[in-house]
This record gives sequence, C-alpha cells and structure tokens, in this order.
Amino acid sequence: MTPTYYLLLSALLFTIGAVGVLVRRNAIVVFMCIELMLNAVNLSLVTFARINGDIDGQVMAFFVMVVAAAEVVVGLAIIMAIFRTRRSASIDDTNLLKY
Amino acid sequence: MRTETSLVLAQAGADATVSTGEAVAFWVLGPIAVAGALGMIFARNAVHSALWLVLTMLSLGMLYMVQHAPFLGFTQIIVYTGAIMMLFLFVLMMVGRESSDSVLEVLRGQRLMAALLGIGVAGVLAGALTRALTDVPPAPPMNPWTPDGGGAGGLARVIFQDYLFPFELTSALLITAAMGAMVLAFTDRYSKEGKRSQRDLVEARFRGEYERPSPKPGPGVYATSNSVATPALLPDGSIAPESLSELIESTPTAQLRAHREHLDRVERENARALVGPDAGSAGSETGEDSGAGADTPAPTGGAANGTEDKA
Repeated sequence: MTPTYYLLLSALLFTIGAVGVLVRRNAIVVFMCIELMLNAVNLSLVTFARINGDIDGQVMAFFVMVVAAAEVVVGLAIIMAIFRTRRSASIDDTNLLKY
Repeated sequence: MRTETSLVLAQAGADATVSTGEAVAFWVLGPIAVAGALGMIFARNAVHSALWLVLTMLSLGMLYMVQHAPFLGFTQIIVYTGAIMMLFLFVLMMVGRESSDSVLEVLRGQRLMAALLGIGVAGVLAGALTRALTDVPPAPPMNPWTPDGGGAGGLARVIFQDYLFPFELTSALLITAAMGAMVLAFTDRYSKEGKRSQRDLVEARFRGEYERPSPKPGPGVYATSNSVATPALLPDGSIAPESLSELIESTPTAQLRAHREHLDRVERENARALVGPDAGSAGSETGEDSGAGADTPAPTGGAANGTEDKA
C-alpha cells in the first residue's frame, strides 16, 4: 500500500459528493454533499503534505476548514431565509430567476 | 527498464513508509468513509443523511491522525462533526420533517446522467492519480513532536510566519460571515409587518383565517375538581368535545376515566337538582299562564291526542 491509496479514496469521496449535488433535491442535503467534497479535498491536501514531507498542505487544509465553516454559516442562513419566504427547502421550488 | 527499476524502488520506498498498522487503519476507515458518503446520498431522510456524513467526517479525521496530522484530525472532529454538522442538524430541525426528499424526478434521466458522470469523473481522477503517482517516492514521515512536524506547534509556526497575512484575512472572512448570517437570518418580529395588532387579529379571525373566531373552551373548573383533565360542560350538562385535551385523552388512565364518569354523574345530578324544581315551577307557571290565557296550547295538545288516538 502506498499513500496514493488515500488520494484514490479522496477522489472517490469527491465523486460521491459531486453525484450527490446533482441528484439530491433538498437544499440542505446538497449543501452536505458540498461539505463532503471539501472534506475529500482536505484529505488529498493532507496526503500531499505527507508525500512531500512538508507541512504546507496541512496549512491549506486548515484554511479550507475555516472557509468551509464561514461558508456553512452563510449558506444555512440563506437556506433559512428561502425557507421562511417559500416554505420549502427543495431546490426545484427556487425558480424565481428561471425565466 | 529504467522506469521499471524506479517504479520498483518507489514501491519499495512506499512500502517502507506505510506501516502495517496504517494499512489496517486505512482499510478499516476508508470503507467506513465511503459507506457513510453513499449512505448520505441514498438516505431518503435528511437527518439520516446528516448522521451518515458525521460518520464519514469522523473516519476522515482519524485518517488525518494516521497520516501524521494529529492537530488537523482533532480540528476535523471538533469543527466538522462537533460544530458544522450540529449546525446542519439545527437547521434541519427548524426546517422540519417535510425536509425529506421527493422521489419525483424533475428532469428526465437526470439520475442516470449523474451516475454516468460520477463514474466518468471517478475513472478520470483514479487513472490520473495512479499514473501520476506510482513513481513518486514519499518523503520520510514527519515527526509530530518536532517543530517541523504535523503537530500544533509546527502548524502554528508555519501559519504565523509564512501564512500570517492569509490568516489575518480569515478573521475578516469570519466576521463577514457572521454579519451575513445575522442579516440573512434576522426577522423583524416587532415591526409593523412582523407583528399584528389586536385589531388586525380580530379582523383576521372573523375573516376566517383561523379555525374559529373565539378561543376554544378551557377545561372546566367546578367545586369538585379544577384539573385540566376535567372537561368543560355544555349548558345541557354534556361534555364539550373541544375542551378535551388531545394529550390527556390519549393517555390510557383508568383513574382519569373513573374521575370523568364520577364527575359526569355528579354534574348531572346537580343539574337535575338545580333544574328540576325550576323546570317544575316553570311548567306550572306556563300551565297557569295557559290556563289564564285560555285556548292557545289546547288545540296542539288536542291535535296530538287526536293523532295518537287515530294511531
């Protein structure tokens, strides 16, 4: 086994997250799939840091975590605001900008 | 030939850097992470999705620790599973049970296309990674206890020396995010649109926006009892069904039923005791009135008697 296996796991998780974003209709679940993609990229960053013997990759993963936390706060607030006005968390109902 | 030897060397080096314990941890945690991700996609209920994602994030955090990044591993567990996923669960609870997905497929063939796209992306990524990284010899593992290792000290040294400006920028990002969340999630409950005045409420009630214009009858308060389980009584002594609490009624209590029957009996007796003499006197008064006022009730009585006799 080589550290490349971590990268393969990361690619697999990223793909699952991307498919989830495309398939699921609930805005909150779509958001969770995006979190899964961010986590997969974090795993690859940590693995790159380990392969290179350098800590910079871990610092990048750290910054990704900070940005993800901020993104989650704003995104969930947007979902709450949409839910309050539209009474729905489904992304199919949010079609005000469609036409 | 040369690439083959380098490949063999690389694999030898890789085998030297990955210990058996790490391999075991990877083959235990990796499938758990993938199972959590798949469970998140396929769970119909959004809360179940969130819990599956928690499983994936926990195993990813442990994989960080296995890869000589203990600080990141603990941060992953605390920040992601502890804070972010709980935030998700809070929002799910506020949005409510209707947050589960609809089975309806809005775009035809979308799921099939998504699955094909996913397989394609996975194939491209896996192929590129395996081709690109088979002959990369990994560096010797970092020691987390040295200043250059993956521990908190090494990370802090790099963050506060090389990445100081981006680190300061994240503070601006966090403040902006907090402000944005406050602005987006704020509801002005005390402005004119937010709260209705008493007059608006009354008009809305009589316009039919609510179930009924008046509040429901409360539980009965009598000399015999004053509990919420005591139903209010209608003028004829029967129980007002709207005053019954659903929660109490669904509780199978023999005591409550016995109390209810006892109360019903007592109240009926009271009502009879109160109404009886009054009714008799009222009847006698009407009798006297009819007697004094002569014929008016007599024809109806006579007609009734006549029909009974005919029957």
